[in-house]
Amino acid sequence: MYELAYSRPASLADALALLAEDEGAQAISGGQTLMPVLRARLAMPSRLVDLLKLPELAGIRAVDGGIEIGAATTHADVAASGEVRAVLPALADLAGGIGDPAIRHRGTIGGSIANNDPAACYPSALLALGASITTSQRILAAEDFFTGMFSTALEPGEIVTAVRFPACQRARYIKFRNPASRFALVGAFAAQLPSGTRIAITGGGHGVFRWREAEAHLDSGGTIDAITEDMLDLAHFTGDLHGSAEYRHHIAAVIVRRALTALA
Amino acid sequence: MTAMTAPMGKFGQSVKRVEDSRLITGNGRYVDDLVLPGQTHAAFVRSAYAHARIGAIDVSAAAAMPGVVKILTGQDLVDGGLFALPSGWGLTSIDGTPARVGVHHALAVDTVRFVGEPVALVIAETRGQARDAADSVFVEYEELPAVVDMVAALGPDAPQLHPDIPENRAFTWDIGNAEEADAAFARATRRVSIELRNNRLVPNAMEPRAINAEWRAYDGSMTIHLTHQNPIGMRVLFMMLLGLESENHLRVVSPDVGGGFGSKAPAYAEELAVAFAARAVGRPVKWTAERTESFLTDAHGRDHVTRAELAMDDHGRFLGLKVHTLANLGGYISTSNALVVSYMYATMLCGQYAIPAVHAVVEGVYTNTCPVDAYRGAGRPEAAYVIERLAHLAAREIGVDQAEIRRRNFVRAFPHQTPLVYCYDSGDYEGCLDAALRLADYQGFEQRRAEARARGKLRGIGLSAYVEACGIGPSKLLASLGGGGNMWESCEIRVQPAGSVEVLTGAHNHGQGHQTVYAQIISERFGIPMDRITVVQGDTDRIQAGTGTYGSRASVGLSAAVKSCEKIIEKGRQIVGYMLGIDPGAVDFADGIYTSAATNQTVAFTEMVHAAHAATQFPTDQLEPGLVATSFFDPPNFTYPAGVHVCEVEIDPETGVTEVVAFNAADDFGNVANPLIVEGQVHGGLTQGIAQALWENAVYDPDSAQLMTASYMDYGMPRADSLPEFGLAFWPSPTPVNPLGMKGCGEAGAIGSPPAVINAVCDALGIAHVDMPASPEKIWRLCQERQEAL
Repeated sequence: MYELAYSRPASLADALALLAEDEGAQAISGGQTLMPVLRARLAMPSRLVDLLKLPELAGIRAVDGGIEIGAATTHADVAASGEVRAVLPALADLAGGIGDPAIRHRGTIGGSIANNDPAACYPSALLALGASITTSQRILAAEDFFTGMFSTALEPGEIVTAVRFPACQRARYIKFRNPASRFALVGAFAAQLPSGTRIAITGGGHGVFRWREAEAHLDSGGTIDAITEDMLDLAHFTGDLHGSAEYRHHIAAVIVRRALTALA
Repeated sequence: MTAMTAPMGKFGQSVKRVEDSRLITGNGRYVDDLVLPGQTHAAFVRSAYAHARIGAIDVSAAAAMPGVVKILTGQDLVDGGLFALPSGWGLTSIDGTPARVGVHHALAVDTVRFVGEPVALVIAETRGQARDAADSVFVEYEELPAVVDMVAALGPDAPQLHPDIPENRAFTWDIGNAEEADAAFARATRRVSIELRNNRLVPNAMEPRAINAEWRAYDGSMTIHLTHQNPIGMRVLFMMLLGLESENHLRVVSPDVGGGFGSKAPAYAEELAVAFAARAVGRPVKWTAERTESFLTDAHGRDHVTRAELAMDDHGRFLGLKVHTLANLGGYISTSNALVVSYMYATMLCGQYAIPAVHAVVEGVYTNTCPVDAYRGAGRPEAAYVIERLAHLAAREIGVDQAEIRRRNFVRAFPHQTPLVYCYDSGDYEGCLDAALRLADYQGFEQRRAEARARGKLRGIGLSAYVEACGIGPSKLLASLGGGGNMWESCEIRVQPAGSVEVLTGAHNHGQGHQTVYAQIISERFGIPMDRITVVQGDTDRIQAGTGTYGSRASVGLSAAVKSCEKIIEKGRQIVGYMLGIDPGAVDFADGIYTSAATNQTVAFTEMVHAAHAATQFPTDQLEPGLVATSFFDPPNFTYPAGVHVCEVEIDPETGVTEVVAFNAADDFGNVANPLIVEGQVHGGLTQGIAQALWENAVYDPDSAQLMTASYMDYGMPRADSLPEFGLAFWPSPTPVNPLGMKGCGEAGAIGSPPAVINAVCDALGIAHVDMPASPEKIWRLCQERQEAL
């Protein structure tokens, strides 16, 4: 990596100030994406502003009708959290399946959603559950937060501080792993919410999205078995070394059916 | 641990590896740990193009950067008298011409031939400064068309990599007898054929390649710390390539080495350039590869395209075999690769079967890819894959069971001279097969298949009966095939005055457990505790003679140790004869005690040692003081480990995911010195072989020739949670070719398992063939076709 300065601010205000005063400064949380990028010399920030120990980003709290997870909470902490498991077991399972133990003990929920890797696990949970994202400036609905591959509604210098999820016992995440990276070749998060069934798919290539056709099919009384890739726009998918668009498209329908069957 | 309680070694015991506690607690000492006074650091400027003409190289900006000591280009190395990297094996084409070896400079001159090829070298005070400056070396490239596919590379429109090598063909070599093979095929009533690809692999040693080279101007000598499998061989080679005065002017030290799998056996461009640079700057220069550099430049493995045909009679008896293989050499011929693709590969194509007539042709093809060389098994896995896929097809063709077709064709009498140079030493192939089938509950398979079917899974079973060649030697045979001979191993045993033993071996331990096994064997012979024995290796100032570790050569090195033990014991007998005043011939030795049956007197081994050094109890004009013995062992033949692997897979037809649900192996490694270590070797080999069949694949983009799988994000490494519990059994037929009866076990797992997995996949799907890796999408598409066919 290139030489750079490093700061570990004591408060969110200090972090925001550091990011504001230096255009080349870059926020870092668990660093599970940024560190490999820096190591490969693909980025040259002048300063890293470490968010990991900010008190404002810490903790898991029960809130009215759900749970709030501080942005700097690691995947391992979410997976091990009794509070999360009590109200949203599918999210604890999802967190416990990200990467490997080393990654889960460094990577954070805030870092994952701010990066919005098109193959990341968390964004599908946020989108399917209708989570809301609290930032240093505002509160955003997941629907408005994820704006495409590696892209979010975050403004420069804006920091995710927490994610709030509704309680949901009937939710399930199934990840079809890329055999090399173990990211989602395709992942599907299905949830039964009071408002109906919600399905979000990650790994397609263009970023997380909801499969509204399947949701509508179920909400109008359709069966799980009748859900096929024919209802799913192939344009959501791109291909690479590990799977063609057509294959990902097919797998998405398979794992959605399996997730829904597990819920039923 | 005290001497009182220290364990005694015994051949055949599962002694825990004595080196492990040091290595797994972070106390290993690797090349990168070494910091020398005046240390500088190197970074390479590498080609981003797969094929390009090098124009001007502008180093001025980089040279002015902080900490930069020197920048070297390929021309600087040539001007400085550095020789190009040689092919370490002389291969002759069918037409009698020698293999055409493309000139391989340590830093590219004029032309780059694969992505990542080093073009310039920056030496700076720190590693970061060297990296920064390397980014600022500006190289003008004139991009040329690149070719990665071998068939395309041989075609008329292909770009030519080396100026004097038309069609990118390094050699067209053959073995066996074409006329006899043709005659066998003319006689045959049944035939099966296959076209297959043996996928390219990246070796992925845990410790990346590293060197720290130090030049001493005052006497014109150099010390190189190098992570390598064969430091002694590298001393000779680097001495010649660097133009040093003699072997005595170069010391090569390979301390702890974190895995090799063959990839640390070649001589590499980067290491040679760094050694040159150390002399040029007069200060120690260190380089440790980053993981991306490992992916791009560690010699890759495999990469064959093969067409093979097997002739049979109506009963499925194998009559003849014809094989044609294109072997991807990469941009240059790496040190051992001409051997790997010829005599390590095609000689093993008969497998465990008595096939009377065989002819095999291997064409070596240059492409714009990383050079290929030995990787766990080195040619033998490629051969086993060909013959074991054919055996599977033969069973289908004849309509008999997979085990039965093999039974009908096994070699049954030993020694067995194959039509392909080698002579199998010993074995019991059918006994081994039966052991494997029992282990795998082969009889119960159809029930398991039906049970899986009820769960919506397609279950298949695959067999693989492999044989390989280990413990390379004898030197004379290797020399007659095109090598330099030199395939013995040495062992010096020094018994110190207070009774501790130092063992100096030219073999090199980089995960094999030599410290443990040498100590086990010597402990048993001398009757002293294992902790009195220290194995010294990997330093040419201490060990002058040896051949290194590759191709399961432990049996060769240990045999040299046994010879030295015998010399020490024999000298002890003479000393004890003087001590007791009796004829040495009347002195017995067992369990660490010399005894005289006639006089009922005893002398402990340690007492004899003291006497040997004190030199007061025997006439020193008739018997020399001291207790040191050196031996060389040149094996009279290779050893031929063999075994049968049985793999069971379950395929999810909806996703195409293949799961290995059971894997059982019965292996003949001859006598097993330490079952615990051998099982570990088999586990590792099976893991790499299963990974080749299902996940690992080095892929170059066909247009740009960029390596698409240059990180763990894209290169599918095996993980423990993707593997079943392995079931292992030993079915030893001790070899007569060395005093320990050992055959070797390092490569076996990686040789037998890929065909076992693919045979199981083909059995599950009822198909003839699928190329490795059997990725989920590939299998899903085959399932779709199968569905449509039903």
